[in-house]
Amino acid sequence: MSQNISLDRREVVASLLKNRKDLLVVSGLGSATYDCAAVDDHPNNFYLWGAMGGTASLAFGLALAQPRRPILALTGDGDMLMGLGALATIGTQGPKNLTIIILDNEEYGETGSQPSATALGTSLSNVARATSTNIVEDITNMNEVNNISKLMHEKAGPLFVNIKIASGNPIKVLPSRDGHYLSNRFSESVLSYAKNKQGR
Amino acid sequence: MTLTKANDPSNTKTDNWSNAIYEIFIANQIRQVVYVPDAGHSGLINLCHADANIDDVVLSSEEEGVAHIAGAWLGGDRGIMLMQSSGVGNCVNMFSLITSCKIPFLTLITMRGEWGEFNPWQLQMGQTTPELLKLCGLIVHRVDEIDQLEDTLDSALRIAFDGSQGVAVLLSQRLIGRKDFIGQK
Repeated sequence: MSQNISLDRREVVASLLKNRKDLLVVSGLGSATYDCAAVDDHPNNFYLWGAMGGTASLAFGLALAQPRRPILALTGDGDMLMGLGALATIGTQGPKNLTIIILDNEEYGETGSQPSATALGTSLSNVARATSTNIVEDITNMNEVNNISKLMHEKAGPLFVNIKIASGNPIKVLPSRDGHYLSNRFSESVLSYAKNKQGR
Repeated sequence: MTLTKANDPSNTKTDNWSNAIYEIFIANQIRQVVYVPDAGHSGLINLCHADANIDDVVLSSEEEGVAHIAGAWLGGDRGIMLMQSSGVGNCVNMFSLITSCKIPFLTLITMRGEWGEFNPWQLQMGQTTPELLKLCGLIVHRVDEIDQLEDTLDSALRIAFDGSQGVAVLLSQRLIGRKDFIGQK
C-alpha cells in the first residue's frame, strides 16, 4: 500500500489551519493533537489525550450544537479504525458543517509503528463512501491538501478526507493535558463567539 | 430456528414514564438525545424524534454517545444518552472524557439482567452495572417506582449540569416491565 507517500504531517496540518477563520478543531489522541499544538495552539482547538475512537463522535456532537460553524475532526487512522461505527452514525445524520480528516500513516506511530489495517488492505475512504458520507479520493499531494483547506469551510459535508502521510514521528509538541482546562478554554471561546454573533 | 416476538413496548405502562421523562427533558432544555435503542426506551425515543427542537441520534455503539454528549456540551448544548445496561461496558474507556474534562453527562439506563431476566447473557452487565458506573466516577441513582421518577431525574439533572458531573439513572426492570418473549419451535 505505501507507495511513495511523502506528505509531511506538520506541513499538511499547517495548510489545513492556515486560514482557519471560525473553524473549530477536535484532534485525536497522539500525533494529531501534537500536530495541532505545534502548528497553531488555538483556543478553538480541543485536544484529546485519550478516549481513543471518539474523535469523530465528539466532533459530531459539537457540529449539531454549532451548526453555523465549520467543524473539523482531525485524527489518525488508528483512532478512526477504533470508532468506525461513528461513520455510519454520521453518514445517516448528514451534518453539513462536519469534516473528518484522517492523517493516514498506515501505522500506530505512538507504539512502535506497527502496521494498521490501512497498511493491510482497508481503505478508510471506501468505508466512508459506504456510509453516505461525501468523500474525496485519497490525497497524496499538497495541492489537494490546500483545496481541502478551502472546501471544509463550505459546509458541504459530512466530508471525509483521507490524507496519506509519511511515517515517522516529528518532534512532539505537547499541549496541556489538563482536560478541565482544555474543555473550559474551548467552550468559553466557542460560546463567547456565538454570543457576539448572536448565534445559537 | 426459533421465532421470537418481544412484547409491544408501547404499552400503557411504558408510555406513562416515557411522557414524564420527556416533559422533564423539555423543562430542562435538553437539545440532543443520543441512544442505542432499547424496547424500554422506545416511547421516549419516539417523543424526542417527533420534537423539532431535539436532535435525536441513533448510535452504532454506546461509547460514541459519551464522546458525542461531550462535544455537544462543548458547543453549548445539553445532551442525554439513553441505553440499556448491556451498553455500559462499551463506555468504560470513553468515560475518561467525562471525568478528565469535567463534562456534565447524564445517561438513563434501562436495566436488564436483574429481575425475572429470561436471557442469562444479560445477567453479567445487569449485575455489574451499578458498581461499574461508580468505579468509572459516575454518580448512580435508581428508580424502582414511577412516583420516584420526577424527583430522581430532577436530582440527576442538577448534579450533572450544575456540578459538571457524570450521573446515571437506572430504570429498574420492575419499572419498565420484564421483557417476555413468545417462542415458537
